[in-house]
Amino acid sequence: MIHSPYVRKAVSVQRTMGLVLLALIPGIVAHALLIGPGVLVNLAISTITAVGAEALMLHLRKRPVAIAVGDLSAVVTAWLVTLCFPPIVPWWLTVCGALVAIVAVKHLYGGLGQNPFNPAMIAYCSMIVAFPALMSQWPPAGQLSFDTQLALILGGARDIDGITGATALDALRTGLRSGTQTVDAVLQGSAFGALGGRGWEWISVGYVAGGLFLLAKRIITWHMPLAFIGVLAGISTLFWLLDPGRFASPLFHLASGGAMLAAFFIVTDPVSGATTPRGKLLFAGGIALIAWLIRNFGAYPEGIAFGVLLMNMCVPLLDMKTQPPVFGHHKDAKGGGK
Amino acid sequence: MSEVRRVVRDGLWDNNVVFAQMLGMCPTLATTGSATNGLGMGLATTVVLVSSGVLVSLFRNVIAREVRIAIYVLLMSTVVTLVDMAMNAWLHELHKVLGLFIPLIVVNCAIMGRAEAFASKRAPGMAALDGLMMGIGFTLALMVLGGVREAIGQGTLFADASMLLGQHFAFLELRLEGYRGVLLMILPPGGFLALGFLVAARQRMLARARARSLGASAGAGITAGT
Repeated sequence: MIHSPYVRKAVSVQRTMGLVLLALIPGIVAHALLIGPGVLVNLAISTITAVGAEALMLHLRKRPVAIAVGDLSAVVTAWLVTLCFPPIVPWWLTVCGALVAIVAVKHLYGGLGQNPFNPAMIAYCSMIVAFPALMSQWPPAGQLSFDTQLALILGGARDIDGITGATALDALRTGLRSGTQTVDAVLQGSAFGALGGRGWEWISVGYVAGGLFLLAKRIITWHMPLAFIGVLAGISTLFWLLDPGRFASPLFHLASGGAMLAAFFIVTDPVSGATTPRGKLLFAGGIALIAWLIRNFGAYPEGIAFGVLLMNMCVPLLDMKTQPPVFGHHKDAKGGGK
Repeated sequence: MSEVRRVVRDGLWDNNVVFAQMLGMCPTLATTGSATNGLGMGLATTVVLVSSGVLVSLFRNVIAREVRIAIYVLLMSTVVTLVDMAMNAWLHELHKVLGLFIPLIVVNCAIMGRAEAFASKRAPGMAALDGLMMGIGFTLALMVLGGVREAIGQGTLFADASMLLGQHFAFLELRLEGYRGVLLMILPPGGFLALGFLVAARQRMLARARARSLGASAGAGITAGT
């Protein structure tokens, strides 16, 4: 038997970030195979932009450039930004998103470890507010050739319209808003697969695989994914049981949009999220609740990004109110003399 | 006369309402969706600043200290009501755009601030000059902010300027053809973003000036509005 104290191996930022990148790969591969390789082009663009911006900002701030660029954190941010964006957004939109995330959200607040908001989510929110039309073009599975995708990204085909179908969340919202259709009727449409959006559901599976890998490697703890998935599943089950005609099933909510990417890669951001165990549960649960509310009653089809930002604001309060008692002290014994 | 120069410099740059004092943020952020709106709001505020400054200065010896804030508000709201009605009569189109914010000029802290800090202690002439300079500084700040947001947001500059200034000024209206615009800059977040970057740019200029003057002579009078 091994007794405490234990010596822990120091975990470097570079190793953590490298494992996160590795964990994202199953989802990206599924993405490239099912939707099209456009996402790979945008990944390359955002990576180059983010690393360049990171180096430039570090240089301007008179910090060591090589170490901080080598820690891969900018690459993780870039990948997450791209994976939240539609895969066929024009190149300059990807550049803008990566610049917002690295320059405005990360470095203006003090660099790695200092930002109060999730960079990828600010990039998503600012871009969807700035360019709502472009940011809503999610291509349906396997219908766009690589040439078309490349033309869309590089700006050769600015005015192709009508090639993109509604996403599962979009189609469901529109169908239900028309007031005549029930969830079951809407779900017969071509945008839907067995679980969520056709094709997109398998990308979600890829993200889950990567997330489980991160859990096994102890890069993330179980609190946030469990609370996020649990609350989203719980509240959607409740309303689905009450009125299955108006509310989609929990499986649909979990497999659609960015739910799985968010559960394992977004809400688990170690910088902008809560840090105490109970705080993590409340933080991730709150995001799921807000996301579900926006999906069902809000103006945007997907609400996870706004949920993350709103809960980011609550983090100082959550951390303060959920400090675990120090070992040997009782919670209500002030000063802990007894 | 250095006193006059001081007041002019304060209002326009050193102690600028928006960029240095950071007062009147509500109209600053809410009405600067375009340069024209910023200009209109700035001019209306300038009129109020000058007239309320003169009024406060005239009555400064008869207003009891204990109730001065209430009296100031009374004087200001009188002026604001007059401006509101005058704009509605003569600049009706602009009034429709800015209408909601005109009555709110009365709660612009900049006006109360100048009444308390300057007009209540000075002769009417100086109070009028201070009000005018603060107002022009405010107007310029709003115009720059509105111009930046408008240019990035929808690729125009001084759109609808003729509505405010008459047909002679239609040449001010610029438009960048084929530019799709960044909606974010027109919306409220854009106001915060543009303001933040402009204030940062000003701080950088001040820091450079300070470094220069420190090199030249120690203790030069720099009143950076921080």
